[in-house]
Amino acid sequence: MKRCFVLILVVLPLVFLPACTAVKPWQRGNLAEYGMRPDRDPLDISLREHIFFTREAAAGGRGVGGGGCGCN
Amino acid sequence: MGAVAAAALVVGANGAYAGPLKVGDPFPSLQKAGLKGVLPDTAGKVVLVDFWASWCGPCKRSFPAMDALYRQFKDRGFVLLAISVDEKEKDMEQFLKDHPVSFPILHDARQKLAESAGIEAMPTSFLLDGKGKIVAVHKGFNEDETAELLKKEIEAQLGTVRKEKTP
Repeated sequence: MKRCFVLILVVLPLVFLPACTAVKPWQRGNLAEYGMRPDRDPLDISLREHIFFTREAAAGGRGVGGGGCGCN
Repeated sequence: MGAVAAAALVVGANGAYAGPLKVGDPFPSLQKAGLKGVLPDTAGKVVLVDFWASWCGPCKRSFPAMDALYRQFKDRGFVLLAISVDEKEKDMEQFLKDHPVSFPILHDARQKLAESAGIEAMPTSFLLDGKGKIVAVHKGFNEDETAELLKKEIEAQLGTVRKEKTP
């Protein structure tokens, strides 16, 4: 009985509360906003790069810019 | 039970997604789509339905080419319908103020037509023959390449429509 209850407790939220959804091409207005660009703030990028370099002894790898509109 | 849960998860994650329209399919009714704006007469005409949005860079680049196509063919039985899928109407209006065009603009405010067309990229354009059947689909806009292709396809369709009208 207890096992069944635990199973329901785990499975039901998985079935009825999925938070993921596929964003369709015509719904990407918010993703395409300037604030969503990973390269929007040069100072923030240099700070993150510095932290990454000090922790990983490596730098770079941030070559991809652009928003999330997924156009073309 | 596991299989049911997995299936429910997949459905929940992806939602109901209409399949994309293909060449040969009839295009959904424009009159019944609840579009905002004045729908021009499309009966018996070659129609290019172009889905665009103010936030879409390639759409912005496609506008001058679309305008040139519209000006070139509008007197020969060609209609271009640019359908904005912007969620906010003021974004669309601001974009049109910055990039004025001569072709008709409609607003798919509830994005229902975009969903029933199942568009897979922005912009996407559907070329329809005189009977409303899709004869070409263009996903994205590859500058002059797409413009040239559209020009050839429109010319071919206008020739077909003219032949059908000639007794």
